[in-house]
Amino acid sequence: MTTRIVELRQGILKKNDELARGLRGRYTAAGVLVLNLVSSPGTGKTAFLERTLRELLARGFRAAALVGDLETDNDARRLAASGAPVRQINTHGICHLDAEMIDRHLAGWEGVELGGLDYLFIENVGNLVCPSSYDLGEKIRVALLSVTEGEDKPLKYPTLFNSADAAVITKIDIAEPCGFDRELALRNINEIRPGIRIFETSSKTGVGMEGWLAYLEEQRLIRAS
Amino acid sequence: MHELSIVSSVVDTVTESVAAYPDARVLEVRLRVGVLTSVVVDSLEFCWGIATEGTPLEGSRLVVTMVPVLMHCDKCAADVELDGVQSFRCPRCGEPCTDLRQGRELDIESFEIDEVEEKVKA
Repeated sequence: MTTRIVELRQGILKKNDELARGLRGRYTAAGVLVLNLVSSPGTGKTAFLERTLRELLARGFRAAALVGDLETDNDARRLAASGAPVRQINTHGICHLDAEMIDRHLAGWEGVELGGLDYLFIENVGNLVCPSSYDLGEKIRVALLSVTEGEDKPLKYPTLFNSADAAVITKIDIAEPCGFDRELALRNINEIRPGIRIFETSSKTGVGMEGWLAYLEEQRLIRAS
Repeated sequence: MHELSIVSSVVDTVTESVAAYPDARVLEVRLRVGVLTSVVVDSLEFCWGIATEGTPLEGSRLVVTMVPVLMHCDKCAADVELDGVQSFRCPRCGEPCTDLRQGRELDIESFEIDEVEEKVKA
């Protein structure tokens, strides 16, 4: 009996990465800005996205959303009330979205063509660990954190915050009763991802949405040029 | 807990590759895992036995090498290794670092097989 070492030097998530590269090419060709929203369950991703969709539609932009959850289409129904096309992805127990799920749900999405959109939002499954490993071909990964969660969340989940392009602090309207230490939260985010763009928002009152929408517009124009 | 998905990908990839060596048995699979991947090595090992059952990898060892985070520090003009992942600052000069050079690896490096005597072709 002889033994032999076979060198592979291959990415474990190679299939996902290849699919994601293909998706990225399609997004770019279609001129649509794609964002992947990631947070813990309960941060308010859906409320934030609902407000964002409403505001974008009111300004005449074409925006749509894919929303990932383990089960139920509750979020898709909530988001559809904004008037934007929304499609639910049920992962049935899988803790993250992957490129194949995105590819499959973009195909056969009745009435929605990538070329007919300015923005496509992907609301990931509520989880701060697993989604960080899976590239969905997005241009911008957004990490969300609510004032009820504790200022040290970025330190506890550095992998995700370090891979994000923008950070959104939600529920800022209840920061005070929650005893939220704003300076500490900003410092922690910056410690993990120095220089990241941070938006402090309330989906309920609309505080901070202007800055966020201006960022979306700016990024869309940068990416499109 | 996406370790089972990761382990399943490894098993699929190695199973495909090992098909080129008929009757070979896989003894060991070596992975390189970056510190910034949130992959828990204990969980990989826990899933390994289950995921390899009934495959050519059954009974094999999983060997994981952790890859530290390397950032490029502009001020020091050098790649610097971080002590941990709680602060993305240059450990030499304290400057914030954004240019990641290493630490997100999630790779299959190699696998080892035992081969039965190769049949001599007539």
